[in-house]
Amino acid sequence: MVWLIPLQGTLLGMIVVVCVKQIPDPADPGALDPETRTLKRDVKLILDESDSYGVEMGLQLVDAAGEGEVRLVSMAPNNEVGGLRTALAMGAASAVLVSDEALAGSDALSTAKVLAAAIRRCEPDLVLTATESSDGYTGTVPVQIAELLGLPSVTFGKEIEVTDGVATVKRQTEAGFDQVECPLPAVVSVTAGVVEPRYPSFKGIMGAKNKPVDELDLAGLGIDPATVGWSGARQEITDVAVAPARDAGQVVHDEGDAHERILAFLDDLKVL
Amino acid sequence: MGISKIWVFGEATDAGVTASTLELLTKAHQLADTVEVVMSGDAAAVAGVLGAHGATAVHTIGPIEGSLGGPRIASAIAGAVEAGTGPDVVICSTSYDGRDVAGRLSAKIDRPVITNVVDLVADGDRLLGSEPVFGGTTDVTTGFTDSGTAIFLVRPKSFVAEESGGGPAEVIEIAVGDLGDTGSATVKERFVEESSGPKLDEAAIVVSGGRGLGDADKYEMIETLAKLVKGAPGASRAVVDAGWVPYSYQVGQTGKVVKPTVYLACGISGATQHLVGMKGSANIIAINKDEEAPIFGIADLGIVGDVHKVLPKLIEALEARG
Repeated sequence: MVWLIPLQGTLLGMIVVVCVKQIPDPADPGALDPETRTLKRDVKLILDESDSYGVEMGLQLVDAAGEGEVRLVSMAPNNEVGGLRTALAMGAASAVLVSDEALAGSDALSTAKVLAAAIRRCEPDLVLTATESSDGYTGTVPVQIAELLGLPSVTFGKEIEVTDGVATVKRQTEAGFDQVECPLPAVVSVTAGVVEPRYPSFKGIMGAKNKPVDELDLAGLGIDPATVGWSGARQEITDVAVAPARDAGQVVHDEGDAHERILAFLDDLKVL
Repeated sequence: MGISKIWVFGEATDAGVTASTLELLTKAHQLADTVEVVMSGDAAAVAGVLGAHGATAVHTIGPIEGSLGGPRIASAIAGAVEAGTGPDVVICSTSYDGRDVAGRLSAKIDRPVITNVVDLVADGDRLLGSEPVFGGTTDVTTGFTDSGTAIFLVRPKSFVAEESGGGPAEVIEIAVGDLGDTGSATVKERFVEESSGPKLDEAAIVVSGGRGLGDADKYEMIETLAKLVKGAPGASRAVVDAGWVPYSYQVGQTGKVVKPTVYLACGISGATQHLVGMKGSANIIAINKDEEAPIFGIADLGIVGDVHKVLPKLIEALEARG
């Protein structure tokens, strides 16, 4: 399945679509629903911090281009917009939100199918994502989206510059980084910490309430419910078990000699 | 009954085949009748080591020069699957390129990926993958319900690489299909960042720093200490998110999994996100001001103290030893 995106004319400036996930607060670790064996989703959702870097980078790229806007796409149960409002308050112009009961149980591929269809409607020059979500962390969605849209991708981007329809991306590697050139439109995933996400201003927060959020269901996107959610997963959880626990050892208070304890510990292990 | 054919995505650098590729081959060899590798580049140069770890054949798409491998390898595998000559199972390492291959392939052949796997178990003629969730307190095992190609992304260090005595793998060329625009990203230049010590996921000692260091300048103590013990510096997600160090330093659920002989956690409280990435370490030492920090729940030696006092003394003592 490949959808072709027509490259948006430059009349509108640069359109950057940022995929954002709204997740339960990571400070609250969550639980599995004992019946469905998927993550319980009955708590208020916030913007995944991992996605705030993509939002910031998108805003900076649009600023550098001089014209254009950041559009958000998200998939969430129950038309949840809490996290989207945060990104809109940072400066994104609009959002497409996909909610549908048939999306329950969606895995990464289902999610990518939905996001790809939503992205198509935004006619982007560039699609930004995080490298992985904080709660599901499969890390496959960015490239799955790229493949579904027939676009090139550069994953683990640390820096992006756009000149004349070409993105130059510093891509994290094991040894350092690669400087990669990629014609637009393209999908780039952004690693955490590479830009400092701005705090929404009071004006931004107030303005975000009136920004357009286009709420769609699967029918609106033209996606067959049988290809996503539980029916699209084609997987089953065969076992859920408690992992073997690791015991705590000795805990001591530093009386000015803690470094000696550490050295003695390392000496015993003969690792120095 | 059993799994007949597994393909492992093979990764190699100038230094040879990556450790995680050999780990995956070793495990695959225990699980399937036939284990083969699919990769780019000069397969003949590595056919010996791949064969020794259980691969009987290596399919190569040939040299790719400055192109990114993900779309090309995925296209080659998808072509084989569509022609009926492909594997039952494809296994990639959770590496930068491994995720590209698995994600691209998944969308191409419309098959989901079972991700973050730390153990693989045969269940009749299908393979199950086990994944730690909730900070490693729970293991969830997942399998496919139908007989289509199964794709797994497996975390490095999940298995121990061992030779099984096989001869060199047979080198077979495999074709890449039409990529359209998907293959148009090109590497213009490669930069190697200064790193005198061992790699984070291969080091015998890992010294990691967290928020407790206070500010970015203080991370230097972690680098110094790591160098003195011939280890690798690591970091918690909080300091990576703050931009103190790059993503490649991150230990945890969304980062690297490390299993060193000694893990020294400095100013790290031990969020579940972090514990998943280091609780497999043979020995854990933790220094933290907060007595209640969860890191002390898994530390073999816990120091309740100030990293700004303990680390300078530790550095001084190690320097004195020369």
